[in-house]
Amino acid sequence: MSEPARRPPVRSAGSAALSSASDRVFQVLILALASVIVLVFVLSVYQLGREAWPALGAFGLRFFTERTWNPVEGTFGAATMIVGTLVTSLAALAISVPLAVASALFVAEYAPKWLANPVGYLVELLAAVPSVVYGLWALFVLAPILARWQTTFFNPDLYPERFALFTRCSALWAENQTSLQCLFVPNSAAGRGLALAIIILTVMILPYTASVARDVIRLVPADQREAMYALGATKWEVISRAILPYARAGILGGVILALGRALGETLAVAMVIGDSQEILRSIWGNASTMASVIANQFGDAQERLHRSSVVALGLTLFFLSVIVNYAARLIIARLTPKGIQ
Amino acid sequence: MTRAVPAPTTRTRHTLSPARRVKNTLMGGLILLATLIVVAPLILIFVYLLREGLGALNLEFFTRTPAPEGETGGGLLNAITGSLMMLAMASVIGVLVGVAGGIFLAEYPRHPLMPTVRMISDVLAGIPAIVMGLVAYGLIVLVFGFSGLAGALALGFLMIPIVVRTTEEVLKLVPLTVREAGLALGLPQWLVILRIVLPAAAGGIVTGVMLALARVAGEAAPLLFTAFGNNSVNLDPTKPMSALPLEIYRGATSAYDENQRLAKAGALLLITLIFVTSLLARRASRRR
Repeated sequence: MSEPARRPPVRSAGSAALSSASDRVFQVLILALASVIVLVFVLSVYQLGREAWPALGAFGLRFFTERTWNPVEGTFGAATMIVGTLVTSLAALAISVPLAVASALFVAEYAPKWLANPVGYLVELLAAVPSVVYGLWALFVLAPILARWQTTFFNPDLYPERFALFTRCSALWAENQTSLQCLFVPNSAAGRGLALAIIILTVMILPYTASVARDVIRLVPADQREAMYALGATKWEVISRAILPYARAGILGGVILALGRALGETLAVAMVIGDSQEILRSIWGNASTMASVIANQFGDAQERLHRSSVVALGLTLFFLSVIVNYAARLIIARLTPKGIQ
Repeated sequence: MTRAVPAPTTRTRHTLSPARRVKNTLMGGLILLATLIVVAPLILIFVYLLREGLGALNLEFFTRTPAPEGETGGGLLNAITGSLMMLAMASVIGVLVGVAGGIFLAEYPRHPLMPTVRMISDVLAGIPAIVMGLVAYGLIVLVFGFSGLAGALALGFLMIPIVVRTTEEVLKLVPLTVREAGLALGLPQWLVILRIVLPAAAGGIVTGVMLALARVAGEAAPLLFTAFGNNSVNLDPTKPMSALPLEIYRGATSAYDENQRLAKAGALLLITLIFVTSLLARRASRRR
């Protein structure tokens, strides 16, 4: 307040001093509110760190490599959930990326305008469907279908040779060994498990890659296309040799963004993955992810170490998402200034 | 020279090898097929919920609370009021902090804290909702117990980055000359922002807030151990509160047909509200 009072001689009128003081008050107010953003971040790290500390202190780095998660014995290791999270996310990514890029190409390159807009809308609505609704649909509609497939294709009465494989796999599992063949052995009669989690995650992350891919494909300069068409290239040749290479980095940003979503996706996965602490054996089998364990166990975790271990999963997930999302933003931000801003 | 052009074009069309033509058609077909696969789940989910849930969306659904387990009848009034209350409370946090953050990023770009705020708001956008639930649990529930307020806090935190981003973007769309005109008339910068820039960008900001609301309205994960849920209508923000996504989660994982029926009807209501909100928001932003 005293500083602006010294200024009037420099400025033309007294009202300027007033405005400079009020400007400063306003800026401080805005800054204070904006600092809440930083505060939320700091509080989150502090809160999660404080609550995760007992578990991380007790197990150290073993927390991330230990496979056993046993609340009864008080042993907590996150290896199975970390593997579960990575397997579901990466598998969902592998399936969804080609589909998402193809739908982006359709909207940006193939569809006439009257069709492109509605299809674009629909893809964006896909991102608006809540996680629980996906979970509900997967549970009531997809799970029975998968259960039927398992019993149809692996029915021991119809296919004794496959059943032989199943018994061999059971023997392998008893010795704690796995084999690639056994990855498809039926496991869950209810249809829940890893496969269903991957399917529902695929659908859920599709729109993120699709909308980023669509935006970067639209940024590809028209000359790139026209030059190739002028040389007599077919539409697919233009797409594969001019458009996709040009948009590659931007699409990658969208893919990493989708990965970030997949890692933290909770309820839909928690509802369908079967909540088992087994390390991956069969894609039909039950499993768990870090987020699903938090959702399923935090409410019931009474003991200090159990609760703390669940929060430690949250902290791990927090840092994983921060890294992945930041990488995605960096890639996207490096590309957009030329085209959009 | 110019007259010679048409001839090569026709010749290239003839010499296009069958392999290239087949590949082109094939890939076009695959792209169309992939697009159908992408859009199918949305239509399948909506049709499924319409078929299963529409019948349960009666007067009772909106005026009653869930019947005791095993009994029939009841509605989700507790969840509807809970969702509305928590979304209203979350909006206070989300809009206040989010719009201020957007103003800060757009109007004070040379402030030394600007890059930090921008980076952290980007990072917050990627934090899983369930982790925000853990944070709100530690901040509020450990001290005051399960409450609608704790749930609203988690939802408000989730709204912030979305509102920041859209506010910043629309503020940057307001031409610099408009600001300069205001300053030239002798208005202080804060009045220029409040009276000229914000009203000019109001439509876009409202769109951003609506999108943020549509996004957090469907979140159940952060409410599991903050708002916790409540079988009766509760309007006291310091007590446990229900929400539509919470009831959908409980019902979908319940063994009782009646709870499942309510969950499907609740899902239909929620998804319809979210779709309408996002479509309205998009239409509003497109008209600008």
